[in-house]
Amino acid sequence: MADRNPAPDTPELRERWGAFEFTESYRAKADTAIARYPEGRQRSAVMPLLDLAQRQVGEETDTQGWLPLPVIEYVADYLDMPVIRVLEVASFYFMYNLVPVGKYHVQVCGTTPCMLRGSDGLFETCKKRGMKKGHVSEDGLWTLTEVECMGNCATAPMVQINDDNYEDLTPERLDEILDELAADKQPKTGTQIEGKKTSEPEGGPTTLKEMVTQNHDYRGDW
Amino acid sequence: MLADKDRIFTNLYGFQDWGLKAAQQRGDWDDTKSLIARGHDSIIEEVKASGLRGRGGAGFPTGLKWSFMPKESKDGRPSFLVINADESEPGSCKDREIIRHDPHKLIEGALVAGYAMRARAAYIYIRGEYIREAEVLQAAIDEAYNAGLIGKNASKSGYDFDVFLHRGAGAYICGEETAMIESLEGKKGQPRLKPPFPAGAGLYGCPTTVNNVESIAVVPTILRRGASWFASFGRENNKGTKLFQISGHVNTPCVVEEALSIPFSELIEKHCGGITGGKDNLLAVIPGGSSVPLVPAEQIWDAPMDFDGLKDLGSGLGTAGVIVMDKSTDIVRAISRLSYFYKHESCGQCTPCREGTGWMWRMMERLRTGDAAIEEIDMLQQVTKQVEGHTICALGDAAAWPIQGLIRHFRPELERRIEEHNAKFAEAAE
Repeated sequence: MADRNPAPDTPELRERWGAFEFTESYRAKADTAIARYPEGRQRSAVMPLLDLAQRQVGEETDTQGWLPLPVIEYVADYLDMPVIRVLEVASFYFMYNLVPVGKYHVQVCGTTPCMLRGSDGLFETCKKRGMKKGHVSEDGLWTLTEVECMGNCATAPMVQINDDNYEDLTPERLDEILDELAADKQPKTGTQIEGKKTSEPEGGPTTLKEMVTQNHDYRGDW
Repeated sequence: MLADKDRIFTNLYGFQDWGLKAAQQRGDWDDTKSLIARGHDSIIEEVKASGLRGRGGAGFPTGLKWSFMPKESKDGRPSFLVINADESEPGSCKDREIIRHDPHKLIEGALVAGYAMRARAAYIYIRGEYIREAEVLQAAIDEAYNAGLIGKNASKSGYDFDVFLHRGAGAYICGEETAMIESLEGKKGQPRLKPPFPAGAGLYGCPTTVNNVESIAVVPTILRRGASWFASFGRENNKGTKLFQISGHVNTPCVVEEALSIPFSELIEKHCGGITGGKDNLLAVIPGGSSVPLVPAEQIWDAPMDFDGLKDLGSGLGTAGVIVMDKSTDIVRAISRLSYFYKHESCGQCTPCREGTGWMWRMMERLRTGDAAIEEIDMLQQVTKQVEGHTICALGDAAAWPIQGLIRHFRPELERRIEEHNAKFAEAAE
């Protein structure tokens, strides 16, 4: 199990977040999420609502966002749920940040398929830039986390930074991506190998070659 | 090699648009009404006849699973289809390609499968980390609603069927079907005791079937081309085509659709450019995602990649996430990292798993450096046997098997490290 504890409940925390509520656009998204579940089953929407709350906190703090206790209480109230039920969901699922994070949450996959393709080097790159696992860097830009398999194994090693994946990485290329982000530029997402589209073999697909240039309909050959 | 015309996922690599219009040009949503008009039981029979076995890892016959669903609701409870898109098994990355490049195959499959099992709606549970993929899938669902393909009178079939997307938030255990149902209900994803099985009481206490993305997405094509077409690939009891995902030490790792039972060597040489450093440099392969035991090089090379062929080698096909390791690999570290994964992902409900996964990982880390006694290898083996089969779900088993595989095939390496380490200490003491 991953040990995760919420940030301490202090007067400062209450002061800063006690009045949290969804903005109009987040409220609309929250209500759309609730409508996906049968009537009376609104607590099914606790996961999407925690995600939305974290994103709104992120916008307000110019970070990836996190879940202070008063925000968790707000979600509980919104769904008419006991606070502890929401807190246990927030602490069970790894993507909910229970403590503040940086503007960019650098999540390096360290599981075996990525390890075999060189994720050690990616951690080195992050460490050389002063990042430390589980800490926000002094300039507030970075939080480094080692994550478990992200499901990009055929394009390993990979890093997820906020909402985007960077795949087929080398330590040098990751360094460039971090430079671009620090300069407020959007790096190319997905695979970093030139000429490669997604998860086809490097150098071009061994199958379905017609599809590269046109939307081929294979039914004629059935 | 499988001919391109027999591949189901023709836009696997996303060279073309995933949108509805392009998908229809490729053959999706082509007269779906007539597929539904065949009737509930006839669809189930066709899927049974095709030999399709669940693509999520366990390999249970899909049509048979559907037939466990109630034929009528005696107490007014609706039935649900839950589609497992919580792809988190290390080595697996196929559902992601279906979702972001061929989402309409999945949505059409949801309708047809949902109709066959008499479900009122489908919930697609996608892992939280698939953020962009979830955006594509939601947009594709919206397209399908707007075109009248799903929703009220779906595809003009007279059947009402909804498809909803639910995003997870980073818990491997939610790929277990009852944990997924708990999570959909807004709780911690901790597996339920069975029975009752989901087909009796699943989501919201209603009859529920949980199927993998690939199992559902292949159904419309099977119905269009016929069960005998699908069953013409692969060996007896291992029929059909399958998405293989090859990662690790090959020259060109990739995802590729192939016929089941393809020999390992052909898969690697045709699509992956061979093993890095050549065939002789191969050390071992984890053929079905992290939960299955590894297979040493000499046994895997000519083995057929299917359920039974890999079972015969003491391993399994799992999700067909093939993790290849060459001779440069620190094999003990590779397996120890998987032990860490299971320690991290244990939900904490059952004591043997919660405590055992941490214990096994710490022991593995000592074996990695050789800081152990020879007898401790046997002790570790015994502990894995005490975790295996003594937990509510299969995560305990999944944590035990990679270690058992390592001890079975690489015991001399473990002993060598211990002896080397102890010799160094004896020298220092003198």
